[in-house]
Amino acid sequence: MTISIRRPTLSKRQRRSLIVGLLFISPALIGFFLFNIGPIVQSLQYSFTRYNILQPPRYVGLNNYRFLLEDRVFKIGIQNTLYMVMIGLPIHLVFNMLMALLLNTKIKGLSLYRSIFYVPSITPVVASTIVWLWIFNGQFGILNEFLKLIGLPPVGWLTDPRWVKPSLIFMGAWFGGNTILIYLAGLQDVPHDLLESAELDGANALQKTFRITLPMISPVIFYTIIVNVIGYFQYFTEAWVMTATRDGSAGGVANSAMFYSMYLYQTAFQQFKMGYASAQAWILFMIVLIATLFLFKTARWVYYHAEN
Amino acid sequence: MTATTRIGWRENRIIQDRIKRTIAYTIVIVMAVAYIFPLYWLLVTALKTDVEIFQQPPPIFPPEPQWQNFAASTTYIPFWRYMWNTIAISGLTVLGTVLSCTFIAYGFARIQWPGRNIIFLIYLSTIMLPSQVTLIPLYLIFRQLGWVGTFLPLVVPHFFGSALYVFLLRQFLLTIPQELSDAAKIDGASELSILWYVMIPLMRPALAVVALFTFVQTYRDFLGPLIYLTDQKDWTISLGLKLFQNMYGAQWQLMMAASTLAMLPTIALFFFTQKTFVRGIALTGLKG
Repeated sequence: MTISIRRPTLSKRQRRSLIVGLLFISPALIGFFLFNIGPIVQSLQYSFTRYNILQPPRYVGLNNYRFLLEDRVFKIGIQNTLYMVMIGLPIHLVFNMLMALLLNTKIKGLSLYRSIFYVPSITPVVASTIVWLWIFNGQFGILNEFLKLIGLPPVGWLTDPRWVKPSLIFMGAWFGGNTILIYLAGLQDVPHDLLESAELDGANALQKTFRITLPMISPVIFYTIIVNVIGYFQYFTEAWVMTATRDGSAGGVANSAMFYSMYLYQTAFQQFKMGYASAQAWILFMIVLIATLFLFKTARWVYYHAEN
Repeated sequence: MTATTRIGWRENRIIQDRIKRTIAYTIVIVMAVAYIFPLYWLLVTALKTDVEIFQQPPPIFPPEPQWQNFAASTTYIPFWRYMWNTIAISGLTVLGTVLSCTFIAYGFARIQWPGRNIIFLIYLSTIMLPSQVTLIPLYLIFRQLGWVGTFLPLVVPHFFGSALYVFLLRQFLLTIPQELSDAAKIDGASELSILWYVMIPLMRPALAVVALFTFVQTYRDFLGPLIYLTDQKDWTISLGLKLFQNMYGAQWQLMMAASTLAMLPTIALFFFTQKTFVRGIALTGLKG
């Protein structure tokens, strides 16, 4: 009874359901503090220290952030990652959308094609990247063999700093099956009567696509943009496997394939500069946060059918 | 409009449709071949001799396929050990995720408690957190616990839920009529027994989606094992594949053979459970 006096706003039944509800979600609550909030705060604290694991962390103020401003490799890492987010990602999403539109044309054998485009998305990233390593091989790769066949000079797909990022984007298109299937599911939900009535009004295929289909699935497009922007900022495995050398370093010739997460990994787990790496992590966190907020703020183009 | 022009218009349409359809088919087939090609090339390279690997131009299919490369690749590295490690980690991760997410989703979807929606939104926002932010403190915590070099850092966190899958299961639970719970409550059932006897049988398709996605996701993971599995005998297959590149050069044909074998479990899983996958992708993609 004493509790109900202190909290007069909750009835006995509400209080009970609160306790039961919290019990059910308790793994999430514990996980939230243990694996999210706690580490985020700690990460911020570490970012103001010098910490090599062996000795206890030593407070160094803003030094880590100051050093980052002058860190050449860090800058290259940001540039390369932005290249992936601003150039690679739009290319991939447009390409995936085109593939989905194509598959949505009442094609026969849809489930077969769907499987073919999806399979690369479920194979282990390392295993499938290894094939591409061989396809892109400058000396014995099939891609240069093909160029030779049509009379073009060979390209250092992974060794030429100008080509390595386009090569990664090219390979990345192969991993897009997941997005194709998300788009396809969205396209199949576009009401048929809408498209038919537009057709009766004399709209052509292009008009139907841009005036009806794309606006109708804009929430799906928005979702894939958000998820992928966050994902591309963390781009790691493909580039790591593609450029890893025998001494354990990676990043390609002249760091041309050094991405943000790769440098962070090297700083933390190869050089054991935990404070410096934490500062990098926090800057990445801020960048992703700002990018996500920006996308949500500018989401006026997203059309929610249910609201009308 | 006269009858003849109308027929003309209709025929015109049919022809147009047919042209469009042919173009669509052509592009889809060309793209499908392009998507299959890397997998074909993987298999073919796996079947070559070490001489044929470097032959120029490369043979499109080896005259004498070296099937023994597959067996050789599983002894060149401790292949089966790595596969077992991978499957053990993935299996435990699936167990943890399915178990915890079921409870959490039930708490968010089927019990009315004050503050539920705001807490759910805060919880959901963790989906957008880049894992790098928590990576270092977590590593240091696990190191202090003496867990680095074991499976624990890769598995244990999954027993505390994953926001994306909680979201998916919650959406599913919200579609189940309230009357079912009310009826059970009148009969004196507790929330726990409603979850066990009423909801879980209905949730099976959604749970299958969560289990499959978690399995594939863990099976493909590289960064987690790279950081935490410090002892070579504990490696997952994704880490083990790099052992084919050593100081004597790369054993390309063996590496390709092992990569092919490493892909088989998830590809087989996909072909047997295609419908579940496709439904799951629609669920995660559309309800976001």
